[in-house]
Formats: sequence, structure tokens, C-alpha cells
Amino acid sequence: MTLLETRGLSKHFAGLQAVAGVDLAVTEGEVRALIGPNGAGKTTLVGMICGRIAPSGGSVRFDGRDITALPAHRRIRRGMAYTFQITSVFARLPVAENVALAARRHRRGADVDLAVHAALDRVGLGAHIDREAGDLSYGHQRLLELAMALAQEPRLLILDEPTQGLSEAEIAAFKALVRELAGTTTILLIEHNMSVVMETADRVTVLDLGTVLAEGTPREIHGNAAVQAAYLGTGADA
Amino acid sequence: MSDGRKVLLLHGGLLAGLFALHFVLPAYHHGNLARIMVLASYAVGYNVLFGYTGLLSLGHALFFAAGMYGMALPLHHLGLPAGWALLTGLGAGAGLAALLALLALRTTGVAFLIVTLMFAQAGHLTILYFGEVTRGDEGFVIDAAQRVLWGIDLSAPDARYLAALALFAASLLACLALVRAPFGKTLIAVRENEERVRMLGYDTHLHKWGAMVISGALSAAAGAAYGLLFGYAGATFGSVQYSILPLLWVLLGGAGTVIGPFIGTLFMFYLIDLSSDLTTAYMLVAGVALIALTLFAPQGLAGEVRRRLWRWLP
Repeated sequence: MTLLETRGLSKHFAGLQAVAGVDLAVTEGEVRALIGPNGAGKTTLVGMICGRIAPSGGSVRFDGRDITALPAHRRIRRGMAYTFQITSVFARLPVAENVALAARRHRRGADVDLAVHAALDRVGLGAHIDREAGDLSYGHQRLLELAMALAQEPRLLILDEPTQGLSEAEIAAFKALVRELAGTTTILLIEHNMSVVMETADRVTVLDLGTVLAEGTPREIHGNAAVQAAYLGTGADA
Repeated sequence: MSDGRKVLLLHGGLLAGLFALHFVLPAYHHGNLARIMVLASYAVGYNVLFGYTGLLSLGHALFFAAGMYGMALPLHHLGLPAGWALLTGLGAGAGLAALLALLALRTTGVAFLIVTLMFAQAGHLTILYFGEVTRGDEGFVIDAAQRVLWGIDLSAPDARYLAALALFAASLLACLALVRAPFGKTLIAVRENEERVRMLGYDTHLHKWGAMVISGALSAAAGAAYGLLFGYAGATFGSVQYSILPLLWVLLGGAGTVIGPFIGTLFMFYLIDLSSDLTTAYMLVAGVALIALTLFAPQGLAGEVRRRLWRWLP
């Protein structure tokens, strides 16, 4: 079943065409990677999907319903979660409260604490639960973003460059987490780290200059000479 | 001791202390403290919007005056009993806040400040315009005979002090309950990072609207009580000065702390009271104290205590 579908989704900023007529269909349970060079329109595209950015044209369907006109918070309530490319946590609030805010949307009382602990343990931040979020290292703040997304128990998880700034060990843990979530949670992943894409994604969509350049399995994309030459760098050892 | 118990002990202790002071304070300070408690209730209301939600309003005199006139006009002109008049005052302030919020919340930051200021100025001018009923700047005295609630004469110093304490206790506990409830915690998150709250699936606009109504209602309750307890309603209470004062009290005491508004109001009141004994340039003393606090305790007195000692302070 198709969980997310965009048709002719476009955005132009004062003459600059950031996204031009993107058709995208993501099946329930799938891990879809979105790759492409800087400025390809990846963040703008997911911004339009989750409602942060109003599209100039086209439509977004989620779970069989047209959500193009819905404000962001109502899309999130329907089962989307979004992690920011530029880390956006509540820096002056405790780590636990950051996650609790995400969990409280559909839980109350002691249930919230359980969800908070579960989400933090899952990303490996359990030991930092009482610290102020702003005191965490950059990599840990990325993981906190991820915990906030998990606590929402989304049907569609949109991750905007989640592994940026993570250590090798943390990236390995992230890959394991995505594989664990795959099947139950649909994931749309913007990612520059090719090993993450190759090892976790079911399908890959390549975006360039606001349009879909190619789409296929990681192997197909990796074998696509044009894509490889332009975006992965020739001889990439991913 | 758990944080929850410390919070209860501190705020319960403050209220118990204020109750004990009722029996020991000399008449002059007894009267002052009654006034401070009503004004601190106003500051508590202001703090809900400014300290917890992060919205800087310069129009709260509108809600304070709406409470005062919403109470005093029907009492004075129509002979409405005091209890009902308090409710009409509260309703006037809350209703006005609900309406104004619809318009003002379309803006943010400096524009929000200007819009609230302009509406409050319009409110002030309205009071002056209808001088025949409101008596304008001169104001009007509320007869002692009308200041009776459930058979208690609120013009008597003892009853007045205890009524002021009851109002302050209700405001303080309401604020405490708010900031510990999910709704209040979401407001704090809106203050910290509104976009993130929105992307967690919360309707931030609705939350800010709710904060403004609660803030307006608390301010109006204080305005209504002020008129009833001190027997006077006048246009001065709708002037910009009464929008700036709660901001100063909250900044001094500690924005975003439950106890801060009281500390700030108390501090400022006695700062002016004591310095005016010494010099006619008492505002200079107040100004220097304000600058010193801004330099050395930018988060206000209670905010500084939280930063250095009591991290659990709500």
C-alpha cells in the first residue's frame, strides 16, 4: 500500500525553481533514501511533505487522503515525524522533557515516562536523561532529535541528514536502529553518507535540480553510471 | 526530598508566611502588603504570557482596567452585588483577551508588542472618552457600603488583607498548577522553540491563544479585586504605566518563575517607598537598582536563585 504520494510537487522561491514537479510514491514499511547534491531540493521537498513549506503547485497524499491543505501540526498528528537537518532541540530544557513533549501528544501520566525511557534507551542516550539538552555534544543532540521522533511513534519518519556529525560507532548503531524499525515504520531518509544509504534503504530516489533523476534499488542506483559520476564520485567504495 | 515536595514547601511556606504576617505587621506595612499581593497577582498573570509563553505584551493595562471597570461600573451604576461584579470584571478581561489574542497573535516579536500597546492605548482613550460614566482620570470612589462580599466588609483592613491573600494564593496556585500541567509545559516549549513544538504536532497558535486568555483573566481578576478592595476605579489604571509595571516586576523577580512576580513586586514597591523617604529623586534610585539587577542578575532575583541554587524552582 502506498503511504505517501506526491504528484507534481513544485516550489519556486522568487524565480528559483527549487523543486519542479516531483512525483514520489513511498510504500508502507519501506525505507526510502533521498539523495542528491547540495541544492538539489531534498529539504524543500520533505518540507512540503510535512507542511513546513507551502508548495507552489502539486499535491501530497498521506494514508490515502489529500493533505496538501493541512497545516504542519495536523499532518504530524496524522502520523508523521520530522527531524530537523539543523538540530532543533529545546536547548534549555532537560533531555527527558524534550522527549516527553513528543510523547505527551498521545500519552499521559506514567505512560510518558515509559515512552521517554524507551526512546532514549533506543538511541543510546539513556545515561543523559537528566542533562540539559544544550549541554549535549552535537552528535548526541542529533540522537536526541531521533529519540523525539521515535517517541511520537510515527507511521512515516522523515529524517533529514540524521547521521551528520555522528561518530562511526554511532552511525553503526543508527543503521541497526533503522533496520530494526524497517517493516513497522516507513522511513524517508535524506542522507549523504553512502554506506548508510546502501545498507539501510530499500529504494533510493536521486534528486537533481529539483527533479527526480533516477529511482531504484541501492544496487541499481550504485550501478547507474550517470548518477555515480555526478553524485557519488567515480570509484566510490560504498 | 523530591522536587515536588520542595516546590510545595516553598510556595506553601510563602503563603503561610504571608498569613502569619497578618497578625504581626504594623498597620502601615499591613496595608502595603495587601496592595502588593493584589499587584503581585497581576504580575503572576502577566508572567504566564511573558515569562512562560515568551510573548512580550505592552498592553496588559487593558486587561487590568477591563477587570476593574468591568467590576466597578455595574457595581456603581447598576447596584450589582460585589460577588457578581467581580465575575463581570473577570469576564470582561478574559473576553477582551480572547478577542485581542485573535488579532494580536497574527503578529510576533516587536509587532506583537506594538499591537498590544496600541490596543491598550485605545482602551485607555475609550475610558477617557466615556468620561460621564467612567469619570475619566479623576475616577470614582466605590462606596464602602457596596464593598461587602458574603457579609464581609472588604473596606476593613483585616478583611482586605485576607481577601488580597486569598486572591494571591489562588493566582499563585493556578500558575503553579498550569506550569506543571501538560498545557503549561507545552507553553514553555513554545517559548523555547515554537517551530519545533509545531513540528511535534501541537497547534501552537491555539496554545498561545489559551495562554493569553489565562493571562488576561488573571490580570482582570487582580484589577477587579484592586478596585473592590481599595474602593476606587480610575483611568490611570488603563494607562501605559500599568502595562510597563508588571513587566518590570516580572523582570526583577524572575520571568518564568512562579514566585518571581511576587518578589519583584515586593522589591519594587519597597524600593520606591524607602527611597522616596530619602530623596525626591526616588525614581533615580529605582533606576539604578534596575540597572544593577540587569547587570548582575539578568534572569531576575528568583531566576538567579534557580540558576545558582535551586534548579527545581518552577
